Amino acid sequence: MNQSHNQTDSQTILTLEHISKSFPGVKALQDIHLSVNRGEVHALLGENGAGKSTLMKILCGIHQPDAGRIVFDGVERQFERYNDAIAAGIGIIFQEFSLIPDLNAVENIFLGRERTNRVGLLGKAEMRHRAAMIFDRLGIDIDLTVPVRHLSVAEQQFVEIAKALSLNAKVLVLDEPTATLTPSEAEHLFSIMRELKAHDVAMIFISHHMEEIFAVCDRITVLRDGQYVGTTEVATTDVDALVEMMVGRRLEQSFPPKPARNRDARKVLEVRALQRYKHDPVNRFDLHEGEILGFAGLVGSGRTELARAVIGADPAHRKEVWLNGVPVKLNNAGDALAQGIGLLPESRKTEGLILDFSIRDNISINNLGKYQRVGPLIDQGLEGRTTVDVMRQVGVKAPGPGTRVGTLSGGNQQKVVIARWLNHHCKILIFDEPTRGIDVGAKAEIYNLMRRLTAQGYAIIMISSELPEIVGMCDRVAVFKQGAIVTVLEDDAIESNEVMRHATAGSHHEFA
Amino acid sequence: MQPQVLTMNSPDTAKAAPGFATRYKRFSQSPVFFPLIGLVLVCIAMALTTEHFFDPDNLVNIARQVSVNAIIAVGMTCAILSGGIDLSVGAVMALAGTLMAGLMVGGMPPEAAIAIGLGVGLLFGVANGFFVAYAGMPPIIVTLATMGIARGIALIYTGGYPIDGLPDWFAFFGSGRVLGLQAPVLIMLLVFVAAYVLLDHTPVGRYIYAIGGNEEATRLSGVRVPRYKLLVYGLSGLTASIAGLVLTSRLMSGQPNAGVSFELDAIAAVVMGGTAISGGRGSIVGTLIGAVMLGVLNNGLNMMGVSPYVQNIIKGVIILLAIYISRERTKRR
Repeated sequence: MNQSHNQTDSQTILTLEHISKSFPGVKALQDIHLSVNRGEVHALLGENGAGKSTLMKILCGIHQPDAGRIVFDGVERQFERYNDAIAAGIGIIFQEFSLIPDLNAVENIFLGRERTNRVGLLGKAEMRHRAAMIFDRLGIDIDLTVPVRHLSVAEQQFVEIAKALSLNAKVLVLDEPTATLTPSEAEHLFSIMRELKAHDVAMIFISHHMEEIFAVCDRITVLRDGQYVGTTEVATTDVDALVEMMVGRRLEQSFPPKPARNRDARKVLEVRALQRYKHDPVNRFDLHEGEILGFAGLVGSGRTELARAVIGADPAHRKEVWLNGVPVKLNNAGDALAQGIGLLPESRKTEGLILDFSIRDNISINNLGKYQRVGPLIDQGLEGRTTVDVMRQVGVKAPGPGTRVGTLSGGNQQKVVIARWLNHHCKILIFDEPTRGIDVGAKAEIYNLMRRLTAQGYAIIMISSELPEIVGMCDRVAVFKQGAIVTVLEDDAIESNEVMRHATAGSHHEFA
Repeated sequence: MQPQVLTMNSPDTAKAAPGFATRYKRFSQSPVFFPLIGLVLVCIAMALTTEHFFDPDNLVNIARQVSVNAIIAVGMTCAILSGGIDLSVGAVMALAGTLMAGLMVGGMPPEAAIAIGLGVGLLFGVANGFFVAYAGMPPIIVTLATMGIARGIALIYTGGYPIDGLPDWFAFFGSGRVLGLQAPVLIMLLVFVAAYVLLDHTPVGRYIYAIGGNEEATRLSGVRVPRYKLLVYGLSGLTASIAGLVLTSRLMSGQPNAGVSFELDAIAAVVMGGTAISGGRGSIVGTLIGAVMLGVLNNGLNMMGVSPYVQNIIKGVIILLAIYISRERTKRR
C-alpha cells in the first residue's frame, strides 16, 4: 500500500520523506511520507489536527522540518522561506486568500514582478494579455478590471490559481478550497482541476468531503495524529476503508461517560431570539444546568459568530437573552462576565491569552478586585497562592504561577484560559474548539474537566468541528447550517452521520 | 511587571535565599537591565570627556533639566504600554502653561488658575481617549490632530506672545526647594512613585499592560477595555499639564511655543527605558532611566560644546540603537 513513496522515477514530481516536526510541547509530525506524480491529484486526508496544514507549511518553507528531506523535480530542496518554494514552482492556495482586495485580478497576479514597457512604466496591456491567456486556458470568465474584493469567493480562488500558474507552478496545493463554495462553484473548480491535470500540473488536495475526493483525486495519503498511515489508490478503496485509516483505533478515544440526562434541569440561559444582521436567520436555543450543548456544523456555518453575539463580543441586530428566567442586556464581554458567562475563544493565542503575561496574570486578569486588600492595591501574595490552587484544580503543568504563558504547550495554555473563568465562578461557559491543536492526552484531560464541571452544575456550550468530540461529549447538539440552527439532536439521535446529514443537507457536499 | 512575576510569587523559589548567580540572571532578564547598562555607559563616556560631569552642581542641574521631559514621559509610558501613543503632549503642556499664566496675570487666585490649567490638560487627554477608545480611531492620528488644536488655542489665547509678570511665589514649582530637594525633581519623583504604584500594584496597571499585550484577549476576558484606554490618555494629558506647571514656573512665563517636539523626547525616554513601542512590555522605572540617560546626553554634549545640530544626530542614533537592542531581546524570548 505504501511503497509509492520510494518511487523516484521521472513520473514523480514531488517526494517528502521522513518528515518530522515538533512544536513546544507537541509532536506535530512524525516520519511522514508523501509522493506526488506529475498530473496527479493527490488527496491529503486526515482529521483536524492530523498534521495536514503543518506538512503543507513545511513544503512551502513556512516551517522548517526537524528531520526528513524534500525532493522536488528530481532535486533535493530546502526551502528557507515561502518565497523560495514559490520560486521553485510550488503554488499554494490557502483557505485565507493572499490577494490584495483593492487591486484587480491582473495587478494581483503580477504583484511584486510587474512587467514594464520600453519607457519603464507599467506594461499594463502586456500583463492584461498574459493574465487573459491563463484565464482562457482554464475556461474562466471573470472581470479583470474590478478590484478583487468585488469578485465572489470562488472567483477570488480562481485568481489565486491563475497567479500560481503564472509562476509556472508544477505542484499546486489546494487547502480546503471547497469549504466556502456553492455546489456549482465547486463543480467549476473541479473542472478547472481536471484541465490543469491535462496540462501535467500536480495537485495536493485537502478536503474533509469524501465525495469530492472520489470525484477528482487519483491517490490519497492519510495522516493521523501527525503520523503517516498510508497511501492508497482511489480506484481500489472506498469510504469505509478511508474512514478506518483516518480514525483508526481512536474511535475509542477516552471520552468520559455521559451521565444520565436530567430532563428537569432548569434553563440557565434562554436565547429567545438572536439575529446578527437584518436579513440573517433568527436563532433560538436554551441551555440547561449541568449539560454540554454542542454547536456542530461545517466551518463557516456561523457557530462562533452566534456564540460571540450572545455574549455581546460582536453586535447583533436583534437579541433577546434571558438568564435564570430574567431578561438581561449583554452589550459586551464585560456584561457577560458580570452575569457569569465566560468564553474560551476559538484562537487561544490571538483571542484567549496575553502571551507575554505569566500564568498568574492571565488567570486573574478579569478578577483583580478579589485580591484587593488595602485600597486599590493588589495583594500579590494572595494572588499567587490562589493561582496555584486554580492551576492544580484544572491541572496546568508548569514550573510555577510566574511562568510566561507563551512558553506553555497548547493544552496547558487552554487550561489557563479555562482557569480564568473558574477563578471567577462563572457558571455558563462557552468553549470554542477547546481541543484544537492540542495532543491526545491533554484532550482527554480537558474532556474530563468538562464533565467534572457539569457535575458541579456548570452549563457548557461546546463549539467543535470534530465530530467524534461532538458525539462523545454532548448531551444535546444544535446543528448549524449557513448561519441557522437547523435542528437540535438529543440522546440516541446524536450520531455522526445524523449530525453530518443535517449540517450538509441540500448542499453540494451531499452528492453521495 | 516581569521582575515581580519572576521573583515574588512563586512560593517554591521564594523560600531559599537565591544565590548570586540566580539573582544576576533574574536581574539580567528584567526590563531595566539594558537601560541601566546604557545609562552607566553614557555616564562613563561623559565623565571621561568632560571635566565637571560629576560635580554635584552639575548633577543637580541635570536632574532639574530632566524633570519636565520625565514627567511627560510618565503619561507617554502609559499610552505606549497600552499599545497607543500620545503626540499631543508638547502642545497640551504649552496650553496648560499659558492658561495658568494668563489666568494668574488676569487676577485669578493662583490655586484656581493652576487647577484650571491642569483640568484643561486632563480634558484634552480625555478627549484623545474618547476618540481612541470609543470612536475606534488610531491614536497617532487623533493625537496629531489634538496636537494642532491645543497649540492653536495656546497661540490664540496668548496672541503669540509670552505671558510674563507672574506672582513671585509661583517660581516655587520650577526653582523652589523642599528639604534640600529641587521642587521640580520632587514633583517628578512624586509623579513617578504614583505611576509605579498604579502600574505595578493596581488592577488598572495590569489592564494597561494587558491591553497592550493583547487587546482582543483582554476584551474577551471581560475587562472593559475602552474605559481604561480613556483613562490612559487622560493620565497622559494630566502629566503633560503638570509638566506645563513646572516649566512655566521655571521660566516665570507662559510660552505658547514651549514644548515643540517634546513628544519626541518623551517617546525617546520611554523607548530608551526598554518599553516596547508595540505595547504590553516595559516599566516606569525604565522610563525614568531613559529620561535621565537623555538628560545626561544633552548635558554632556552641551558641556563638550557639540553643536545642537550634531546633537540631534547623536540622539537619533542612540534611539535607533535602543530600539534595535529591545527588538533583539524580544526575538530571543
